[in-house]
Amino acid sequence: MTKTTRRTALTGFAAGLLALTALTGASFAQSTTLTYLIPSGADGVAVAEELVKSFEAANPDINIEIETRPGGSEGDNLVKTRLATSSMADVFRYNSGSLFQAINPQQFLVDLTNEPWQADVQDSFKQVVTASDGTVRGAPMGAAMGGGIYYNKAIYAELGLTVPKTWAEFMANNEKIKAAGKVAVVQTYGDTWTSQLFVLADYYNVSAAEPDFAANYTAGTAKFATDKVAQRGFDKLQETFDAGYFNEDFGAAKYDDGLRMVASGEGAHYPMLTFATTAIVASYPDLIDNVGFFAQPGDDAAKNGLTVWMPDGIYIPNTTSNLDAAKKFVAYVASVEGCEAQTRAGGASGPYLINGCTLPADVPPAVTDMLPYFADGGQNGPALEFLSPIKGPALEQITVEVGSGIRPAADGAALYDEDVRKQAQQLGLPGW
Amino acid sequence: MAVMTETAAAVPVVQVPKRRSPYPASFFLPAAVIYGVLFLLPTFASLYFSLTRWTLFNSTFIGLDNFAQFLREPFLIKGLINTVLYAVITSGLKVVLGLLLAVLLTSQIAARGYLRSVVFFPVLVSTVGVGITFTILMHPTQGMINEALAVIGIKGPGWLVNPSLALFSVALVDVWKGVGLATVIYIAGIVAIPKDYYEAARIDGSTKWQSFLYVTLPLCRPATVTVILLSFIGGLRTFDLIWAMTRGGPGFASDTVASVIYKQYQAGFYGLSTAGNVVLFILIAVLVVPLTMLLNRREGHE
Repeated sequence: MTKTTRRTALTGFAAGLLALTALTGASFAQSTTLTYLIPSGADGVAVAEELVKSFEAANPDINIEIETRPGGSEGDNLVKTRLATSSMADVFRYNSGSLFQAINPQQFLVDLTNEPWQADVQDSFKQVVTASDGTVRGAPMGAAMGGGIYYNKAIYAELGLTVPKTWAEFMANNEKIKAAGKVAVVQTYGDTWTSQLFVLADYYNVSAAEPDFAANYTAGTAKFATDKVAQRGFDKLQETFDAGYFNEDFGAAKYDDGLRMVASGEGAHYPMLTFATTAIVASYPDLIDNVGFFAQPGDDAAKNGLTVWMPDGIYIPNTTSNLDAAKKFVAYVASVEGCEAQTRAGGASGPYLINGCTLPADVPPAVTDMLPYFADGGQNGPALEFLSPIKGPALEQITVEVGSGIRPAADGAALYDEDVRKQAQQLGLPGW
Repeated sequence: MAVMTETAAAVPVVQVPKRRSPYPASFFLPAAVIYGVLFLLPTFASLYFSLTRWTLFNSTFIGLDNFAQFLREPFLIKGLINTVLYAVITSGLKVVLGLLLAVLLTSQIAARGYLRSVVFFPVLVSTVGVGITFTILMHPTQGMINEALAVIGIKGPGWLVNPSLALFSVALVDVWKGVGLATVIYIAGIVAIPKDYYEAARIDGSTKWQSFLYVTLPLCRPATVTVILLSFIGGLRTFDLIWAMTRGGPGFASDTVASVIYKQYQAGFYGLSTAGNVVLFILIAVLVVPLTMLLNRREGHE
């Protein structure tokens, strides 16, 4: 509330200044102040500050003020409220994919389809910030991520293991790690969202077997409980729990504990999104060379591929009064200089979605391990939340239950189908 | 408490003959505007929005579908049972422990004033702070509670991660935090009992136990009624402690109606969560109104 008041006061002040400039004539160069809203979090703020600093150096007539907001569902509500009340910042960062669809992009965001820089944005990203009328409304902010499994290279070397290409090989590795008296799979249900990875990161394997799954799922004809391939993600979670591979405190451990365990060798595998690489670099810089990464294996080694998460986008709301300056900033973020500024501030965590952006040579092994999936001959595909607007909000509670042995995988899948129905109805999709 | 004072205040108004207010109507206007804008309007708006599918941007009228959906929520029944269980456990324990502590703290013991403030202290601490602290203490492997148990050779349970234990662990913390208030109410009730009764009982040859059973206990019934009502209503609408400690988990094991509602709101189902609030309102009314009537009637018969 205070923030809003201060903003209003600022706007008034800026308006007064403008009037003053008008009175004193055109002798002053006009200076514009933009606001930029980002989710809070140390690494995100550092990236935003570096972007703003280098942008302001190139554009001395534009000042940018960074505002932060909470992340997670609380942040979703804040973004929706500010859009609905016409009080959104001039530029804001927010998720792409299904969450982007939920903020009514067509009604609230400026159409950026014909901006010149769009030519360099990769199509895979454009798809996930395209409103339902086919117009592109955002630019990529950050690097592409993979969902898969981090592993401790020291344990792999010590036990003579190789990176698994199939689920059977993965389970065989786990068995050997357990036999050696170590924790095979780290789970951290103290942060419930981390429990979803086995299900979400399995989607490449689903789409490889059933390319139409996403379309049928959105139409309400394909279900997790009735589709054996889709249900495998839930099964995999249950199998690893049943085999007793988890760390003893899996119910209470947190995300940070998981990163520490896989980096220090307290655990061998940790299923996670690759944005964690930046966090491991920040917290355990001397252990980062021990951490490798591979895609969640399916049943067929020939079809081994990575489930990919698109980065956030940055967007301009219709209500901005500084459209030209806002567009300049977005264009800067979507340029090669923008990528370089991001790498300077946060390190490289994966490939950027702007043509011409490259990664430095000394990236951590977890990033190097990810690149072959994006290279020629590698296989990758977007996660389900980028192909369908529906993601059930209770998935993390359901996967905690399946992963704690409270509920069998088949029941969990059926319960998730129920959960998804609410989301589809809320979005007003046909056929639900 | 609010329920009691309101009903108590309502009775004399009916009996006193109508009298013109000494103030002009314009004096009431500011209060009426505040009441209307901040209380009446939202109440009716929430009743309306509970009948819609609401995205904050627009709303579609869908009749009673939200209520049907909310009552179909797979975990609502469990949440309802948990809510009532939690309210009964916490208010029951607060009555028993509060009374025992009050008897102890009204007796002639050393450092009585200090002990009284120690019992009351947890009431003053922020609930979320208490929740986070106990979450750390109750960690299954590194928590202080289980480490202390390990010293004497007991393998402590997963207080908050065992689905059949989580709700009870939170309830115990709630009792620890809230028992001070019950104690204070009981102390006031016990101190107000005239000494004559105890003297009369002693002359009749009653033991200390009999004095407690036949003098203290019946005469502090008003305090008991207040403690039961306050802690029962508090238990029914409890949210902050559960959210800080388990977020309704593991899975859905410690979900209450309030946490189910909050999760619907978080997910962006604004109409559905508003419908849930209406359900919670009805639930509290249905349980608490008869309870108030029962407790007050008994009090009248004494």
